[in-house]
Order: sequence, then structure tokens, then C-alpha cells
Amino acid sequence: MISDTIVLVVDGKKRRVRRGQSVLEAARDCGIEIPTLCYHEALEPVGACRLCVVDVTSAGRTRVMASCVTPAEDGMIVGTNTPRIVETRKMIVMLLLARCPTIEIVKRLAREMGVKANPFPKGDETCFLCGMCVRACAEIVGVGAIGIAYRGPKSEVQPPFGQESNVCIGCGTCTTICPARTFDLAKVFSRRSMHQVRGVQEIIRCTVCEDHYTGT
Amino acid sequence: MSVGNETTHRKVTVCFGTACVAGGAREVLDALRREASRSGAGLEITVARGKCGASCDLAPVVTVEPGGAVYGRVKPSDAGEIVKHLVGGKVVRRLAVSSRPGLDSLPVLADIGFFKNQVLIAMRNRGRIDAESLDDYIANDGYLALAKALTEMTPEQVLGEVKQSGLRGRGGAGFPTGVKWEICRNSPGPDGKYVICNADEGDPGAFMDRSLLESDPHAVLEGMALGARAIGADCGYVYVREEYPLACERVIKAIEVARDCGLLGKNIMSTDFSFDIHVVRGAGAFVCGEETALMASIEGKEGRPRPRPPFPAQKGLWGKPTNINNVETWANVAPIVLRGGAWYASLGTAKSKGTKVFSLVGKVKNTGLIEVEMGTTLRQIVYDIGGGVLKDKKLKAVQTGGPSGGCIPADLIDLPVDYEELSKAGSIMGSGGLIVMDEETCMVDVAHYFVSFLEEESCGKCTPCREGITRMREILGRIVKGEGKRGDIELLQDLGKVIKDASLCGLGATSPNPVLTTLKYFRDEYEAHIFRKRCPAKVCKALIVYRVVAEKCTGCQRCVKACPVQAIVGPRSQPHNLDPAKCIKCGACYEVCKFDAIAGDAIYVE
Repeated sequence: MISDTIVLVVDGKKRRVRRGQSVLEAARDCGIEIPTLCYHEALEPVGACRLCVVDVTSAGRTRVMASCVTPAEDGMIVGTNTPRIVETRKMIVMLLLARCPTIEIVKRLAREMGVKANPFPKGDETCFLCGMCVRACAEIVGVGAIGIAYRGPKSEVQPPFGQESNVCIGCGTCTTICPARTFDLAKVFSRRSMHQVRGVQEIIRCTVCEDHYTGT
Repeated sequence: MSVGNETTHRKVTVCFGTACVAGGAREVLDALRREASRSGAGLEITVARGKCGASCDLAPVVTVEPGGAVYGRVKPSDAGEIVKHLVGGKVVRRLAVSSRPGLDSLPVLADIGFFKNQVLIAMRNRGRIDAESLDDYIANDGYLALAKALTEMTPEQVLGEVKQSGLRGRGGAGFPTGVKWEICRNSPGPDGKYVICNADEGDPGAFMDRSLLESDPHAVLEGMALGARAIGADCGYVYVREEYPLACERVIKAIEVARDCGLLGKNIMSTDFSFDIHVVRGAGAFVCGEETALMASIEGKEGRPRPRPPFPAQKGLWGKPTNINNVETWANVAPIVLRGGAWYASLGTAKSKGTKVFSLVGKVKNTGLIEVEMGTTLRQIVYDIGGGVLKDKKLKAVQTGGPSGGCIPADLIDLPVDYEELSKAGSIMGSGGLIVMDEETCMVDVAHYFVSFLEEESCGKCTPCREGITRMREILGRIVKGEGKRGDIELLQDLGKVIKDASLCGLGATSPNPVLTTLKYFRDEYEAHIFRKRCPAKVCKALIVYRVVAEKCTGCQRCVKACPVQAIVGPRSQPHNLDPAKCIKCGACYEVCKFDAIAGDAIYVE
């Protein structure tokens, strides 16, 4: 019978964890924190931000892997803070900080990783393209009103063709889940239609908490 | 090629690949047909469209049988003389492609360096068949391997031959094809499995997949049918980019013809094997050549890679086990099944078996597609097949593996080309792009060019590739403009390492290669740009200055006439003046200044 636990070596210590988890989940179970920006318990992991990289040794090969999308396997050796991993994460944070210099969560990560001077020129983006809003809308709300348009550095979260969405239900999950707290629902939708029951209503942004709600 | 009646039968074949069609092959074919019916009395002359010979430099190419004479750069007005050759046997020396100038004998294909040093397996029907004729393909052992596989072999045996052959994926990564098939075969697929042909070739300067699909589509289809048989798939897709109209047209036509003849569809060759192929046209995103992005694109989603595992062989297209191979890989399958895996494995090097098709381009005399045994040295490729560097200039580097490949310096010219050796040199096999660079190529400019391409084509999903490549391009852009600063080289190296290690897909992970290899082999050029503000190859405009060398200038005024901005003035017979404030550094004066033996020296570049 297959045992429902496996043994990993994480940062030099043998750990027994539940089978069927990702390396990230297994590490968090052991109380080891790995930084993430695009990971959310409620969403399918996509391995996009690459902050959660760890050194994984299996079958004699050591590779840098995104822990959120790497299944933990019996006998795997995981290094979550080797010099290579520390340097890699630091570079990724510097790249994100250059893109979004005003975003609190990025600034905090940069501080935690000891980033002092950033060699890259500052940009003025407020979105670091973690894609959580897009995934939440598709996976949790089941609507899929937004997607990532264009590609490469020009990528941008948008409703199709940049037009106001006619499938968005104005639930605001996208704004709530946004780790940068900058997603603007008004870009997607300005009026909410509740199955024609109560007619069309305006979406209003709370001046205190900045979340959206349906006006009456 | 065998021709029916040797005494009265003649055959003229006009290549119908993209380059030849663009060069006027249709008009040449029409002219030859008209001329043959007018003055070919008493002879049975066949004028046919031929498979691409891939010697694109010579387009349009005409081959004459018997004799195998090859004519290059043929015009419709040459038809009369060519038909005279058919009638009277007199060779049109003016048009003959000769590798031995001055020699009397007429060179045939087997004499010409470009052709004689090649080993043709994937391109086995090169120049021999009409791409749109199933009969031609069958006459050259086409679909024989499929017949053998369906009637004399079990699917396991087909798989066994491919495994034994040592064939590795020709699309770039070089994963053993047989192993890939086996994983897919062993994956449970109660709802069916897929095979996919990846024809989303997007490397600048590479066209082997296009040429294979255009000139021998059945070779690819037969390979896919064999793969489907071995794996247990019943449905296949050819994912081909829309920018290849001729390839799209021919592969669609070939599928229809094969279906009509019972070579695709239900109960192929009256056996219990059923398999059909559909064509999906890609919209031309480079990243869709990455297999998970390609599958997303077929499913109608955004073409972005996803992390693996699960591998396509376990969970691929629409969640079913899927096997994806590149065009060239598929084209190698039928000969392997027909002649045996051991035969294929006898070619090549210890770990890289068989042959590889390269698109040989850049500053080389003979450009085109070449197929050579693995382990052939770069020297043989550039000099024996390529005929040497254009204008006999000095070789500087050979760039392999497409935009995310690397530049191999001229010192390593004796490097045997296979997966391992290229990777040791810091480059990759990629899909087989091979760009020859001469001494007038600036390596920093080359790195800037490729990184700009990769920035444009990055899907933007993961941080290292999206942000990192952009930053690399910015730094390189500064360096070529003369704004490089201390620390740039180290920053490029650090960035390169992180992008390589941490990117999500293979395209991201290989994207720093052009920078890292040029830094490894041509660091002095970077330093010249950054610290001395000079471009040694005299390419980067911001870093070069043109001036007239008064002692050498004879005052011929050629440069005065050539200058588009009137920056050069001066009376005849007296040294001219070049106003650096007006000069736009187009180099036109430098090009035209060759008055006498001091050629090119009177206008000086520094």
C-alpha cells in the first residue's frame, strides 16, 4: 500500500509531510516560509512570479524550480535558502521593484531581502502581472471577464479588447484578491446588472476601504 | 533519377520552393513548357515542378535529366537554350552551377560541394519529387514504412526501432524521441491520445520546417501516422504558422489526397488502424513553438507556456496524453522504420545519432538548407558546404540555435556539431539555425538584435523572462549607443544567470544565451564599447567616425556624389572635406571609395 506521507530533506533536515502536495505547501507545513506573489491557496498555482524558487535535487540533478508548481516527491532534497536561491530571489525582486516602485508588497519584499540600491531604472507600473485577478474571476467566480492582453513587457490585464465587459458581475473579487491593491474594477465594469431583477445599478468605490460595492 | 526511355525521354525539373517561386519559377516553368512543345520534336519531354533543393541562393533552380545538370538563376528567356540542351545535348555553360570554374566538364549534383557533402534522410526527396504529387512520393518508397508497420510490425516494434535509432527531438531540446513516445504510449488514454507536429518555426533565418512541409508534406504525415501507431493515438494536428502560406496550402492538400487514398482516416490500408490529421494555423507568436503554449493555442487559449509536470505525454491537449514532435523529427521516422533503428544509429556521434538539417545563412557563399551527419565540424559546414565566407572575409563567429542560441567563435571552427558539443560551447542545437558572421559583424550589436527579438516575443508570464530580457535589452541598447558604464557587464552576467535558472519555460531559460556567449568569447568587444567608446567592427553608428584621409584622397568625387546629405565637399583632384556634423554615418562614401589600389582607405573609419 502506498503510504500517505513522504519524506523530504528540507534545508538539511528530514521532514515527513503529506503526500500530494507541492514543495511550497510541504515547506509551509514544516513552518518554512517561502516568499510568493502569484500564489493563493484558493487558486490553481501557475508559477509565474518565480519568487518561490527553491533548489530541488532529485535523481542526482539539482535544479532551480518554482516550489508552488513542483510536486513534492519522496526523497527529494530541497534547499529554500541556498546562496543561489537567495541571489535569484533578490534579482527577481529588484526587477519587480523597478517595474512597480510604489507598490507596498514589492517594497516590503525588497526590504526583507536586503535590496538597497536597484541598478534598474524606475518604471511607473502598478501591476506586476501575478494574474490572481484573472484566475480568481475564472476559477472562483466562474466568469472569466478579464484576461491578460498583449505579451511580454506590454502585457496588461483587460477585459476582452479593452472594452467594458458585459459578463462581469461586479463582484469585486479581482480587487479584493489583488496583492498590489491596485486593481481597478472600473476598468472592467461600471454598472452592474443583477439578472434584470433590480435593474441596472452603478458600481461605486468606497472612499474609506477603496473596495467596490453596488450603489443603491 | 531513373527516366523511362533513355534515348527519347528527357526531364526538366523546376524547383518550386518559396525562394524559387519568388524568383520566378512559375514563369520559368511556363516558358520551358512552351519551348518544349515547340522545339522538342521527337522527344518525350517532361517539364515538372520539383521538390525544393534548398540551394536558395541559386533560385530559380532547374535540373535536367538525364545527366543531372543543374542550372541556377534561370530566367524565362533561358528556356530556349535549355530545351536545346535536351535536344542536342549541348550544355548551357552560362547557367551551369559550377563549383569548379574553368573546368570543362559539366558539374552534376554529386560534384558540387554544397550537395556532395550532405547526407539526406529528412530531406531524402530533395529536388526529386513534385511536392503536390502523392505518386511521386510513393514512387520514392513513400508510405512503404507505414505499410510495413501496419502489416508486419506490432506498435511495440515500431516504437522499438525509433528507440534504437537514438533519434532526438529536432525542435531544440533534443529529448530522445523514442523515450517520449514510450511515456505517451504508457500513459492511460481511455478517451484517445494525440500526436502533434510542431511547425511553428519562428527563428529569424531558419526555414527547414517550412521547406520540409512545402516540398515533402507526405514525409511528415507518414511520420506522424507511424508515431500515432506506436503511441496509440487516433488524431493528429499540424500546427503551422499562418505566415507560411505555401506550407499551409500543401500540407492541407496532402492530407486531403492521403485521406482520399486511404492513407489517412478510417481503417488505413484496410487495417484496423484509424488516424486522421487536422491543420491548425498559428498566428505567428514565437512562444507558440513551446509545446505547452502550442497546445494552449490549439485549445483556443492564450499561447503561454504552463509549468511541467504534468508533461504533455501525461496530460496534454484537452487533458489527453499528447506527443509533440517537430517537423524534422517526424520526417526522420519513416526511413527509420523502413531501414531499421540500427541503420540510423550507425550515423552520427555517440549521443547524437543520424543527421541534422541546418539553415545555413549569413555571410556565407552558399546559403540554403543543408542536411549533414551529426558530428560534422563547423569548418566542413562553413567551408566545404557553404563555400567559405562571403567575399573571402575573415570568419568571426557562427551563431547556432536561433535567437536563443549562442555565438561560437572562429577559434572553435573544428567543433563537431552535435547536441553535447554545442551545449559545452555555451550554445544550443535549437531547431538548426546556423548564421555565419564575418569580421564586419559587431557581437554586441548581434546580442542586442537577438535580445530585442526575444523581448518582443516573450509571452510575459514569468518575471525573469518578461522583466529580465527587457532590462538586458535596455543595457545592451545603452552600450551600442556609447552610453555603457562600468558594472554593465557584471549586471548582464547576473541577469543572465537568473533568467536561465528561474524562467518558466525553455524559451526563457535559453534567452540569455546570445548575451552570455558573446560575453564569454568576445568580452573585449563589450569593453571597447563601454570603456573606449569604440565599435571594433565599425557597426554601431554612435561609435564610429568617418573622415577623409587627405594623403590618400585623389579627389575623384565619387563620395561627394554618393553622400545623401551633402556632408562631403571639395573640388575635383583635391582632397575632400567631410563635415562630421552633417554626416549621418550611412557608410555610403566608405562603400564607394575604391579609386585604385588604396581602395577603401581614403575615407577612414575609426
